[in-house]
Amino acid sequence: MSKKSGVIEREEVVIRFSGDSGDGMQLTGTLFSDTAALFGNDLSTFPDYPAEIRAPQGTVGGVSGFQVHLGHSEINTPGDYSDVLVAMNPAAIKANAKWIKTGGTIIYDEGNFTEKNIEKAGYEKDPIKEEKLDSYNIIAAPISSMVKEALKDFGLDPKSVLRTKNMFALGMVYWLFDRKLDYTEDYFEKKFKNKPGMAEANKIALRAGYYYAETIEALSPTYKILPAQIAKGTYRNICGNTATAWGFVAAAEKAGLKIFIGSYPITPATGILEELAARKDLGVISFQAEDEIAGICTSLGASFAGKLAITSTSGPGMALKSEAIGLAVMAELPIVIVNVQRGGPSTGLPTKTEQADLMQALFGRNGECPAVVIASSTPSDCFHFAFEAARIALEHMTPVLLLSDSYLANGTEPWRIPKMKDLPKINPPFADRNEIPFLPYKRDNERLARSWAVPGTPGMEHRIGGLEKTEKGTVSYVPENHELMVKLRAEKIERVVNEIPDLVVQGVDSGDILVVGWGGSYGYLITAVRELQAAGHKISLVNFNYIYPLPKNVKDVFRRFNKIVVCELNLGQFADYLRIKHQEFTYEQINKVQGIPFTINDIKDKCIKMLGDE
Amino acid sequence: MVNKYTPKDFKSDQEVRWCPGCGDHAVLNSVQKALVELGIPKEQFTFISGIGCSSRFPYYMDTYGFHSIHGRASAIASGVKTANPELSVWQITGDGDALAIGGNHFIHAIRRNIDINIILFNNEIYGLTKGQYSPTSTKGLVTKTSPFGTVEEPFSVGELVIGAKGKFFARTIDTNLALSTQIYIEAAKHKGTSVIEVLQNCVIFNDGIHDTIADKEVRDDRTLILKHGQPMIFGKGNDKGLILDGLKLKVVKLGENSITEKNLLVHDALEANPGIQYMLANMKYPEYPVALGVIRSVPGPTYERSVEEQISEIQKTAKIKCMDDLLMSGSVWEVE
Repeated sequence: MSKKSGVIEREEVVIRFSGDSGDGMQLTGTLFSDTAALFGNDLSTFPDYPAEIRAPQGTVGGVSGFQVHLGHSEINTPGDYSDVLVAMNPAAIKANAKWIKTGGTIIYDEGNFTEKNIEKAGYEKDPIKEEKLDSYNIIAAPISSMVKEALKDFGLDPKSVLRTKNMFALGMVYWLFDRKLDYTEDYFEKKFKNKPGMAEANKIALRAGYYYAETIEALSPTYKILPAQIAKGTYRNICGNTATAWGFVAAAEKAGLKIFIGSYPITPATGILEELAARKDLGVISFQAEDEIAGICTSLGASFAGKLAITSTSGPGMALKSEAIGLAVMAELPIVIVNVQRGGPSTGLPTKTEQADLMQALFGRNGECPAVVIASSTPSDCFHFAFEAARIALEHMTPVLLLSDSYLANGTEPWRIPKMKDLPKINPPFADRNEIPFLPYKRDNERLARSWAVPGTPGMEHRIGGLEKTEKGTVSYVPENHELMVKLRAEKIERVVNEIPDLVVQGVDSGDILVVGWGGSYGYLITAVRELQAAGHKISLVNFNYIYPLPKNVKDVFRRFNKIVVCELNLGQFADYLRIKHQEFTYEQINKVQGIPFTINDIKDKCIKMLGDE
Repeated sequence: MVNKYTPKDFKSDQEVRWCPGCGDHAVLNSVQKALVELGIPKEQFTFISGIGCSSRFPYYMDTYGFHSIHGRASAIASGVKTANPELSVWQITGDGDALAIGGNHFIHAIRRNIDINIILFNNEIYGLTKGQYSPTSTKGLVTKTSPFGTVEEPFSVGELVIGAKGKFFARTIDTNLALSTQIYIEAAKHKGTSVIEVLQNCVIFNDGIHDTIADKEVRDDRTLILKHGQPMIFGKGNDKGLILDGLKLKVVKLGENSITEKNLLVHDALEANPGIQYMLANMKYPEYPVALGVIRSVPGPTYERSVEEQISEIQKTAKIKCMDDLLMSGSVWEVE
């Protein structure tokens, strides 16, 4: 297409699409990020939407956003501040004003800045002036009237015409970043295969936006972000929930088992159940249960019957599953329980992110009830850790709690697709004929895992259950036996440490500050730490994925830093856990509980302050 | 038959710990007798229970067994059967376990028509916690938690099962071994959720609760054993029967008002419309005899087979055959 003047080459850029929850911002953002990924940029995305499906129109509470961070360099977060904000209404300005980079670009739909909408958003007259954004690169585009004009002879009803506004805006952004329209056009052709009129209307709006941007000089300068320098291979975009579901399917294939997922829909975990329900092509049995308890109990039944058992939920559902997790610990059956954490307690902030279910995962059960706890840390490594959770559950005959969070679940990033032949085989300890008569709680010496004798196997009939048993499987209330079994169950989990990797220090092996994170805040922490490293600070990062048991080399890593700073999206649960497990160290904390991730500046400022305290 | 078992083959080495005189002993014996008749290899039998006196049952069976947590047996059994439809899955439960804490799972297992056999021991009391009222306790019953009598309406098991779209419901009395054994066999053969309500006596906390109808002296006159295709006759000397009087059931005496066997209702357990079966299941003494036997047995698709069929149907034409296919599906791109 046409040549441009004033092109700025940038390492990275952040764009935020924002509008009413009915404005199609999630789709707009997804199409933009897919296009960027196909172009070869590294990227990270984060959707941010209200819990209400259609919150009151035009209000700040109803604003739905989608942020894309793309770059020529490695990208680990969706970015703190946006270079470009697309605001479909005044409320979108209100919601995002403090998240725009100084002097950034704001494209807004002039036609939607009516007196009524301005007032609804809580402004008096002029949102741009009232937010003191006048000096920014402001582009007031008459998006509503332009799509009406572009589609006037198209025979669509006025509502459907206005629904293409997002594509007009997307067209403008494509021009701004010099991107091609073909991926998006293909998308509409596929999506509206049976409604060619709708496909055409969206394409017209998209092109109208593109040409409009080209025509007005105001959009100059435009940005150029070269493809990223990333490892060779085949890539795809993936979000955390899909990656989690796929990790389980991969594990099932490597174990030669079928998957059974018993689950109950709950935000933000539902995507895992939905994806697995769609995987009937690969033989997945999905069971949408009547409640959270039935979700785990049907899965546990399937585990007894010899399947790779999964249940997925979020915090409140996790609370309901506690008793059944205890049963799984007692019965020593393999099962993976995924908790996609959201803001709590209670119903809390259903669509927002938080890391406050850690203590619940570790200790939220009656009795001495140890289970393995691991956490994913990026949208794409959800695949790896789901695979790991299944591997550990199956090979060690134990429930495994896998912690993800709303940010990982919905965030996307490009992912280098693994080959199945490169993944390890999983070997569940199925009982063999030498073990007749079968003793259900007899253990192997190395892992202390019991053998798995599945109903239908001749000669191995046996009983398990929630009551304390002897090795033979006989119910026993003998005091010494109970203590022995409690200790054996604990020791079994402790021994998982022999089969998990050591902590990896990102940066120098010793220094002033060791930033400690766990799970989903990795992207923010690594970005902040690398920037501080680049500025010459002796700072490193360790991010924990294996929470219980902790990796073997924790002590060895911790002792080589002057300060240990534990950063997490809660009031300090992992820090407290480390205080129990490794009392010899002192732990500083950086915490945030706002339902949103850290910002890189947050972490940097606080670390610099701590460096100054040295 | 390939497998020749005796009831002894199904006895485990565990000492049975129910109270002497408890109705559970009789249920255990009649289940062991029934299994012998089914021609199913022993390793296919799986017994799942929740919590309560009756839920100890799996420990006494030399089969696969899982004694789980309170109220959840229906959900666990649903998982077992869906995971492996070849198994013969039995759920052992009580009135508290199935109808109070596990009520939700119970009705949903029935609604889905998963092929499990649910034996519900109904003694109208909580035994293991030592004598509190249950969801089937008669209104007004004085117990430890209702020292002045309950003020709640009880559930009727049959009514609940039919209301939950149940396709198989039968009732028996613990002491009637022959009838019980026959019913367990029929329940096992029925494809879909089978619920068998056992009127069971708790000798300690609710002794004699079913005596009004179950006592040897009176039971012929106060119970009606239903048989599919047979007229509804009961009473010592088969002198009474049931007819439909308008929209209600009515007890009649044979020979009075020139009523003969021909005028009586004929039991149709296979009828999909549950109208008459519902009335039969709800009959209470003294107005009516209490109905025993298989009250409803209607064929229908089972959940686990439907799941299996859907998967194999989709797999026939699926483009994705293995994980590598899935990984490479949709939008992917090469980085050189």
